[in-house]
Amino acid sequence: MVPVPAEQPTQKPVTVRRRWTEHGLVFIAPFFLTYALFLLWPLVSGIGMSLRSDNITGEGGEFVGFDNYTEAFRDPHVWSSLGNTIWFTVLSTVPLVVTGLVLALLSHHLRFVQWLWRLSWFAPFLLPSGVIGLLFLWVIFPSDFGFADQLLAWFGLHPGIGWLTDERYAMLSIVAATVWWTVGFNFLLYLAALQSIPRHLYEAAELDGAGAWQRLRHVTLPLLKRTTGVVLVLQILASLKIFDQVYIMTGGGPDDSTRPILQYVYQSGFTGYRIGYASAVSYLFFALIVIVSLVQLRFSRRSGESA
Amino acid sequence: MTDEPRLSRRKLLVGTGGLALGAAGCAAPSFGAEGKARLRYWHLFGGGDGANMTALVDAFAEEHPDIGLEATQLQWGTPYYTKLGMAGAGGRAPEVAVLHLARLAGFGPGRLLDPFDLNLLRELGVGADQFPEAIFERGTVDGRQYAIPLDTHPMVLYYNTDVCAKAGLLGDDGQLRPVRGAREFMDALRTAKKTTGAPGLCAETTGPDCVTPWRLFATFYAQLGGTVLSPDGKRLALDDAKALEILEFMARLTAEGLMARRLDYPGSIGVFNAGKTAFHLNGEWEVSTFTAAGLPFSMTRVPALFGRPTAQADCHAFVLPHQDGRSDGANEAAHTFVAWMLQHSVDWAKGGHVPAYLPTLTRPDYLELEPQSAYRSVIDDVALDQPAWFAGSASPMWIQLGAVFSGVLTGSRTPSGALREAKKRLRKLLDTPDPLDSGPGGPGGRALGSEALVGEGGAA
Repeated sequence: MVPVPAEQPTQKPVTVRRRWTEHGLVFIAPFFLTYALFLLWPLVSGIGMSLRSDNITGEGGEFVGFDNYTEAFRDPHVWSSLGNTIWFTVLSTVPLVVTGLVLALLSHHLRFVQWLWRLSWFAPFLLPSGVIGLLFLWVIFPSDFGFADQLLAWFGLHPGIGWLTDERYAMLSIVAATVWWTVGFNFLLYLAALQSIPRHLYEAAELDGAGAWQRLRHVTLPLLKRTTGVVLVLQILASLKIFDQVYIMTGGGPDDSTRPILQYVYQSGFTGYRIGYASAVSYLFFALIVIVSLVQLRFSRRSGESA
Repeated sequence: MTDEPRLSRRKLLVGTGGLALGAAGCAAPSFGAEGKARLRYWHLFGGGDGANMTALVDAFAEEHPDIGLEATQLQWGTPYYTKLGMAGAGGRAPEVAVLHLARLAGFGPGRLLDPFDLNLLRELGVGADQFPEAIFERGTVDGRQYAIPLDTHPMVLYYNTDVCAKAGLLGDDGQLRPVRGAREFMDALRTAKKTTGAPGLCAETTGPDCVTPWRLFATFYAQLGGTVLSPDGKRLALDDAKALEILEFMARLTAEGLMARRLDYPGSIGVFNAGKTAFHLNGEWEVSTFTAAGLPFSMTRVPALFGRPTAQADCHAFVLPHQDGRSDGANEAAHTFVAWMLQHSVDWAKGGHVPAYLPTLTRPDYLELEPQSAYRSVIDDVALDQPAWFAGSASPMWIQLGAVFSGVLTGSRTPSGALREAKKRLRKLLDTPDPLDSGPGGPGGRALGSEALVGEGGAA
């Protein structure tokens, strides 16, 4: 799961001289062509595919109308894997946002070796998902000899937990790995926002007799509201797109208990060869993501107005 | 084009940590020097099998300087089959490839695969009567031979000879004493557990794409005489009473602590390698792993715990992926290659597989292979999946049922709940039309060159 690069919603529309020039066209052409070729065209042809019984070879399929969609609605695997995706999103979003904020506050206020905090909290984010998956699969989470068990053993607790092989812990383990891996991104956004809060507000608050807690409660947090909105949207979207870690660490198991919907799309299409059906499932999921984004957008716009 | 190197070139594609999703390039186009038939060969063998196959490929290339062999090793499992299918659909497939026999039904014979010319094979010294009938028959679709089996890789029982000796489970000859029935097997596991303090048996019970729970079920269920699908692979034939008996047996193994409850595949290998566990159930292909580790072990057929001595298995087979314009020369080279491989399958058997080419099984150099030759008789009692598009190694059925039966072993599903879920999933697979329209009768079936090929073959 790679978080979406932040397209910071521009606060006040920047005034641009709206005049087409040949130069402008030349400048946007490479982007637009790439965009059309690799995003718009697949988007459209994917809809076409989802209405056909195409197999992986791309031939021999027939037009089946909405059959794939009705099948998807009745398919318990779609619902269970969608449930897993949503459960993962719920479990991961809160700690990712809160931890990001806490780490940013710590890093902002700790005055010594600041670069070390920033580096160590952001560094995991730079690792590719394959490295993360294998790291947790082979080093942290093996039963009996993994680091996680070792850590518990130091506290005299009974080790031997099936971190990734037990339905009760597998999803939580993936969440833990994900939080460690991606929290750096949210941390960075929060840190930037913290640094843009004018110092004089704190000074004024202090003169009014506000303690550290009150300054945090009444100055810092309200001014971070907009950033929190952005972080939340990006995080939910990123969490919904979970695939890599699960694919590597549990393969969706044990007994499909961690299989996210994107893995089901992958399995329908590449193990099951049913490209048409896989497209239909992925469009249903796409629709869900669009709905979530729209709700978020409206919500954050409203809260932005009232703030 | 410059001069072609004389020796074969291999493109080894080793996915990082086994994760590369078949990002493999096709065999780069290159053309043999004058008169040299180009033979591209795709296979999915890694590890010990990969090393064995490479040695065989090199030996073949040396003996056949007139054939320009290019062997490509691809990532096992789903990535391999995705790639092979797409190459065949595009008509630009390699000349010869490896396929799991139980996947043949779903692999578009007549469309993605071209048939073999049995006359040509006969001239090269390979005939249908040199294979176990049932296995050779599985390579046939609509009267044409689409797959030539190379081996059988059944589930076998590995046993630690030190532990078993201490537990008094070995006979005077140092071999495991025959185990008759499930009760005797569980007694043996209890004795082993008392001896070492560790569960007597280990096998993969969970983990990514775990299929061993399915293979355990298929083995014992077939021993009761049950089949999962009807013989034509079109209807559900699961016998509730028999299936439940097996699932309850599986649940008991872990519930009573006789079998390690939660092990992923590498974990199960590691536990058996650690030397305290008496038994390990798995395919025979790990023989080189344990030999290399210096473990005191031997292997035998899975004992007949429920009547018949069958074991779940699949077979590696050679196929001719569909090409739009298969040339005579290349076709002959492919047949030559297949015949040569079969006739040299003693070397292949070193990796644990039981050769399907019967003359090999009586050769002295094969019989000398220990413990490989000890379970060769299993070849007459292998239970392959019924022919269905969703069956066979790394297939949707294996992965889906593997997950369900994993729950029985780990204790998260009851046997009856697992049976219900297994039937539900099987029904869904049966209701889903074969996406590759397998068989020449399918709507997308292009009869293509297959007709012509048979004609050419007959003339050759």
